[in-house]
Parts: sequence; C-alpha cells; structure tokens
Amino acid sequence: MSAVEEVVTEAPAVEAVPKRAMTLGVGTSLVVLAALVLAPLFVKNFIIFQMTMLLIYGLAVLALNILTGGSGQFSLGQSAFYAVGAYTSAILMEHVGMNYALTLPIAGIICFGFGFLFGQPALRLSGVYLALATFALATAMPQLLKLGYFEHWTGGVQGLVVTKPDAPFGLPMSQDMWLYYFTLAITIGIYIASVNLLRSRSGRAFMAIRDNEIAASAMGVDVALYKTLAFGVSAGITGVAGGLGAIAVQFVAPDGYTITLAISLFLGMVVGGVGWLPGSIVGSAFIIFVPNIAEGISKGLSGAVFGVLLFLVIFLVPHGARQVAIVAQQMLGKLKKN
Amino acid sequence: MSAINLRLGAFAAALALLAATSSGAFAQKKYDTGATDTEIKIGNIMPYSGPASAYGVIGKTEEAYFRKINAEGGINGRKINFISYDDAYSPPKTVEQARKLVESDEVLLVFNSLGTPPNTAIQKYLNSKKVPQLFVATGATKWNDPKDFPWTMGWQPNYQSESQIYAKYILKNHPNSKIAVLYQNDDYGKDYLKGFKDGLGAKAASMIVIEESYEVSEPTIDSHIVKMKATGADVFFNITTPKFAAQAIKKNAEIGWKPLHFLNNVSASIGSVMKPAGFENGQDIISSQYFKDPTDAQWKNDAAMKAWNEFLDKYYPEANRADASVMYAYIVSQGLVHVLKACGDDLTRANIMKQAASIKDLELDGLLPGVKVNTSATDFAPLSQLQLIRFKGETWERFGEILSGDVGG
Repeated sequence: MSAVEEVVTEAPAVEAVPKRAMTLGVGTSLVVLAALVLAPLFVKNFIIFQMTMLLIYGLAVLALNILTGGSGQFSLGQSAFYAVGAYTSAILMEHVGMNYALTLPIAGIICFGFGFLFGQPALRLSGVYLALATFALATAMPQLLKLGYFEHWTGGVQGLVVTKPDAPFGLPMSQDMWLYYFTLAITIGIYIASVNLLRSRSGRAFMAIRDNEIAASAMGVDVALYKTLAFGVSAGITGVAGGLGAIAVQFVAPDGYTITLAISLFLGMVVGGVGWLPGSIVGSAFIIFVPNIAEGISKGLSGAVFGVLLFLVIFLVPHGARQVAIVAQQMLGKLKKN
Repeated sequence: MSAINLRLGAFAAALALLAATSSGAFAQKKYDTGATDTEIKIGNIMPYSGPASAYGVIGKTEEAYFRKINAEGGINGRKINFISYDDAYSPPKTVEQARKLVESDEVLLVFNSLGTPPNTAIQKYLNSKKVPQLFVATGATKWNDPKDFPWTMGWQPNYQSESQIYAKYILKNHPNSKIAVLYQNDDYGKDYLKGFKDGLGAKAASMIVIEESYEVSEPTIDSHIVKMKATGADVFFNITTPKFAAQAIKKNAEIGWKPLHFLNNVSASIGSVMKPAGFENGQDIISSQYFKDPTDAQWKNDAAMKAWNEFLDKYYPEANRADASVMYAYIVSQGLVHVLKACGDDLTRANIMKQAASIKDLELDGLLPGVKVNTSATDFAPLSQLQLIRFKGETWERFGEILSGDVGG
C-alpha cells in the first residue's frame, strides 16, 4: 500500500472526542455567559461590533465543528453556505421587505436543504476527496453570485446594501448593542441545541460514524442518512450565521465570501480544538483579531507574521484551545487538592 | 451604579473643559474629532494583501507623500497622521476597519479607500456618521451622487464617461463600423460596457457585433481574440487590465487582425502594456489619459516629472516608477493637501466637504496639460476630463481637444 492510499483509506485525522469532553462545566459556562452579557455595557460601539462578529464567526466555526468534530467529515465549502445564508437574509429584507428576525430561520432552512442535497453526492467521497469537493463549492460560489441571471436579486458584483435594524419597543440602546444581544441570544440557543444534539441518539450516531463507519453501520446506524444530516445541520447553522453577518455588516457582495473565508473558518476550528464546541469562540477570536495584530506588527509582512503566529499555535498546542483548557483544569484541580 | 455616575461626572468635566477652551482664546478655530492644533488624523483602507494587493502601493505612496508634507512643516502648522489599514479587498473586513478608524482611532475623514465593493460596503455607514469619504479610489460612476450621499466624493474620471468619449469618436469618424467588445466580467468591465452602449445610443445594437467577456482568473484570452476576429469586426474596444491588454495586442498581431483598436485608460501604460506587447504591435492604438505616464519618454524633462522623481528618491526610493499607481497616489495626495489647506483653521467635517466641493480649475503636478480638477455642490466628480491619445513609435501622441464626459451616479 502506498503512502497516499494509506492516508486516504485510514480513518480521517479527527481524534475521537468523548462526548462529555465536548462541552464546558456549568460553572465555567455561567462565567463566560456573564462576561458576554455584561461586557458591552462598558465598551465602545466599535468593540461591540467586533464582539458581534466574534459571535457570528463563532457560530460558523461551531457549525463546522459539528460536521468535522462530530461526524468526522471535512468541509472547505462553509463559505458557500455562509454566502447563501447572507444573501437569503439580504434579499428577503431588501426586496421583500421582511423583518430581519424572520429572515434568519428562512436562511437556516434554505441552507439546511442546500447542505442536505450537497451531502448526497458527497456521501461517495471521504477524507481529502470530500474536502476537495467542498472546496469546489467554495470557489464556485462567488462567481455564481455574479451571474447575470440572478443579478436582479443579488445586485451582481455591486452587492446589496442592507438596513441595520433599530432596537425594538423603543429600548434605549444603540443599534450595535441591540444587534449584539440579538446575536448573543441566537448563539446561546444554537449552542445549547448543538450540545443537546451531540448528546442525543443522532449525536451518538454521528460520533459512531466518525470513529468507525463499518462498525456504525453494523450497529444499525443509517450511515447515509446521518452523514447527509450532519451536512444539513452544519449548513443550516452556517446559514443563520451568514444572515446575521449580512445584518451586522450591512452589506453583501460576492467578494466577501471567497475561499479565504472558508479557510479562515477551518482555521478557527483547528485553533479552537476540533470537536470541542466552546473552542469555536476561541477560534473565531483567532481569525478576527490575530490578522489585526499581525498587521500591527508589520504592514508589509502581515501575511508572514500571521503565518508565524499560526505555526506557533499549531506547534505548541496542536489540539488548540481545548488543550489549554484541559491543562488549566488540571492545574486548578491540583490547587484545590493542596 | 457608581461606575456610571463616575463616568458621567468625568464626561461633564470634559464637556466643561471643552466649552472653556473653545470659547476662549481659540474662538476662530473650529475642530471636529480627529483634528487639533498640532495634528490632523486621516484614515485610509487599502488591500495590502489579497487579490487586489497590487494596488497597495497607492497607500504606501500616500504615506510617503504625507511624510514629505510633515517634513516640510505640515498643513497650516498641523502634522498629518495617516492611519492606513488592510482590508484584503473583502467588504466585511472593510466595514470593520472603517469602524475602527472612525470609532477607535477617531479620524477626521476617510481618504482614498480602494475598490468599488469595499467602498459600497462603508458608504452608508460613513454617511450616517457624517464622516467624509473623500476621493475614493474607484472609477465606478455611482460616487458622483451628492444628493443621496453628501459625504462621499469620487476622484478619477469614471469608466462610463471614458467609454462615452470613445463611442462619440466612433460615431463621428467611423459611423458604419462593426464593433467587437472584449470586457472583464466584473463591475469594472460592465461599467465600461454600459457607458459605451449609452454613448452609441440607438445604434449600439446594430454596431456591436460581439460582446465577449473573460474571467480575471483565465490564464490567457487568446481564444476570445480568435472568436472576435471571425466576426469580421473592424473596430475593437479592449476593456482589459494590463496583463490581458498586452496579451490581446500581441495576439491581434499574431493572427493578423488589424481593427481600429480602442484600449481603456486602465491599461494605457507604456511600461506595463505597450512594451511587453511589443511596440510594433501597438501602433495606432487609441486610448485616453488624464495624467502623465511616467514611462513615456516625452515627459523626461518635464518639471512635474522631475519633482515626482525627487519626491520618490527621498521618501519612497523602492517604488517601481513604471507603476502608474505611484503617479496616481501622488496626484490624489496633492488633492487632499489642497482641500486641507483650503479649510484653514476650520477643520470640521462639514467644512471639509464644503471645500472639497468648491475646487475651481485646480492644476496638480502630474496631470496632463489642460486637465483640471473641478467640483461644485452638485458635481462630486473632481476629474472628468480626458485627452485622446494615439500610440506612435514608442510613445503616446496626444490629439484633439481635452474632452469631458460627466456622468452622474
């Protein structure tokens, strides 16, 4: 067997994560939640906007985490689902005049369908081949959005400008703050649902497929159904994130959803820890803030600085934020004993 | 609660201080956020990385130019603090950087941010914040819209007015020609095409025999050229960026297709297009310009060109002098300096837009003789004049009058 075949036929390089290790303890969760709820009261609108983007990319990374960490399938095409979600929301808001909050479930459902359908042919592929197929989707998407046929709806290369919603019921808060809390509520909802999904029968089926497909099917898991389902769920959540992203940025254009976005999300997942859902927010912070830090160090070499930082992270903590969290937990445990 | 009270107290104190200083000795000086007695903060967003990173030199040249201005004493005694961020040509990132500039760095204005999609993404935000989005670096037509976007102003002649000039020329001199158009399949190419069709008017449908588009990701456009030749067209409008323009000129010569060739101004560069394509292949090509091509030998002893070279020697020695973007940035920076000087001690955002909208016949180093900057309260297109040029020997020969084609957004 040649080296290449070995890589392909062996199980994908996703480490089996026990399902209890996928989440945070109750105490830690509450602390993080409190921080997320209180922080906006003390910072500028610009920081609130950045925190909103943090949550939105966090959702998209979480979606990829369910797919890769949960069911063991790779995807470099998340930017395509993100774009479909963003455009669905933008078109419904601007052309149909629908309320922004209502567009999100629709974006989610459309992307779920899109992901589920894409999952059908993807069933025949695994490992690097699946990654390549999804990669094709990501490269095709910006050009599809530019097609003259859809231009009336999508605005073509010029994109669509979206109106930012005001806080409802005359609440005395800025648009940014309202949007942040709105996003936070949705993120918490989706996070809890995802945790429950992975703890449920379906989640166990996902993980059985990830660990060993043949054994899973021998146990009676419908491999085809659950694999496509994982794709659908992941695409649906990404679509909601895309819709929120369109509202927060107030603009959609094909140039915003290139392959770079898909790779960033993938990067975020790895840095946050594959299969560790709370890591999604850490990964999202990495892809938002580290490029800014790199630019601050050197404008001409920002790409190189980013590369070095990324290399350091992968070299020092290959399992990402999860590894850091585990080490921290062990140290706390020791302290308690003493 | 006490934290909020403390903040309120501090805020009130700051307000009182502000009131005291502004009503005192400095009564005639007026500032908005980003301007003080010693400094003017200017924000800028450029694609230093990503697909359009070739344009990053514009930001670098501007930074160098403002260093020169500061070294020479600044503007009315104030130093320019030029803060330039990378958006990688990705609109969501542009929004983040624009908000950072306005809300965190607190700049007075955003100057010459690059690209149509990135500028579209931040236009509404900057207008709602009433922050000037001055002299945007894109040739799209929509920036000249003072009624809906009073805080946004374009700079260069827009694509549509340029192609209208060619259309008028064709209607006048070659009314019975068959036209082939090759364009890049994006906003830039489509904008040119629209202006061209508008210029031809009712005759567009009968005169244009083929509209070919190519993707910027294609390695070569040879097959498109062969296809266009087969239609028997005798006029060729070439809407391509420099790499493809050179390919098209070369291929035309190879297959012996000799139409009357119009080349868009984006690619009217000797160093990056005509030379690589071969001078003998580019004879009689018609294009248009509004600033001096630094690689054109006819400007060798020109005073403005000498000043440009001195500036680069001293402040930006590693610049590629064949790159038209360096000249572009040099000219637009002078435009900003002119506006800031005109503002005097009234550095409010409203006054900046007022001064930017009242430029009369301003001549800047590097513009072609006769090309002037003009704006008014209803005309937010500072440069709208172009000079037709024809390639002869190894240089562009200017012919005809300076033409202008104002198209509103």
